[in-house]
Amino acid sequence: MSLNKSLLIPLMVFMVLCGFLALGFSLKDPHLLPSALIDKPFPEFELHDLHDAGLKRTREDLLGQVSLVNVWGTWCPNCVVEHPELMRISREEDIPIFGVNYNDVTAKAIRWLERREDPYQFSIVDDAGTLAIDLGVYGAPETFVLDSGGVIRFRYVGPVTNTVWESEIYPVVSYLRENPDA
Amino acid sequence: MPRMLLLALCLVALPALATIDAYPFPNEELERRYDNLIAELRCPQCLNTNLAGSDAMIAQDLRREVHRMLLDGKADDEILDFMHERYGDFILYEPRVSAGTFLLWFGPVFLGLLAAFLWWRIATQEPRSVEISGDEQARLADLLQADPKQEDHS
Repeated sequence: MSLNKSLLIPLMVFMVLCGFLALGFSLKDPHLLPSALIDKPFPEFELHDLHDAGLKRTREDLLGQVSLVNVWGTWCPNCVVEHPELMRISREEDIPIFGVNYNDVTAKAIRWLERREDPYQFSIVDDAGTLAIDLGVYGAPETFVLDSGGVIRFRYVGPVTNTVWESEIYPVVSYLRENPDA
Repeated sequence: MPRMLLLALCLVALPALATIDAYPFPNEELERRYDNLIAELRCPQCLNTNLAGSDAMIAQDLRREVHRMLLDGKADDEILDFMHERYGDFILYEPRVSAGTFLLWFGPVFLGLLAAFLWWRIATQEPRSVEISGDEQARLADLLQADPKQEDHS
């Protein structure tokens, strides 16, 4: 007796479906948006310093060396998670970290940093979220790697842990340091 | 009675909680364009909600930006460009034609043409005729005349 081949069709359809599902589950987190700003200059801004309301910070203040720009807020639980690693980087890694205090209350932000230590060279007050929008930020924390000319070279969405630093951020930083003209 | 009154007051107060930001517009034309834009732009935080339907912080900020740009006299295309430069294809519910979205836009057309071609091939194909020998002809006649009931029990 020969098996009717058309009986195998549902099984084959099912296998193909399984293939697509396996592919779908192994894709990256769909919440991660591809950044539209890689290799574009960091946007121009003129915003107050968090600790000195009389001081205006601009894009010029970020230039001169490879640096990290970290978008944070007191309302952001993952900013608490990544804080110890940012502290470690600021102490051990010889790279400036600039903070963008996003949609926050300045007094609260200052207290937050006092309670936990301040990993930032300085923080910029972006209480209306305009710089964050220019950066294409859609949550916090987000961390950008800038080259010495102020061009955005890498973006990481989510808390920076030691693993993230070692496997994703540090390689970019050391590449940019070795190839300043790349 | 005070309880009933309290309940009644609670019910009256509910719509106040339901309102989110309402921006003033000088004319209905701008307001209509605003409504269209926030329906057409996708909230970057929430995968499948437009700016109009989202209460995420970023959606509120972007609605405010859309409102500001409309009052500044920006055209709809300029506003969409502004968003696209910052948030990429994700933010547009109708993605732009580019190398990355080419398949998305023209894949269905291609599949349609392929189907039309296959249909045309099959429809215009000459029916195949098979020559059979005299022996086979006789067997065929036998089979056609055979009683199906007898066939079943044989």
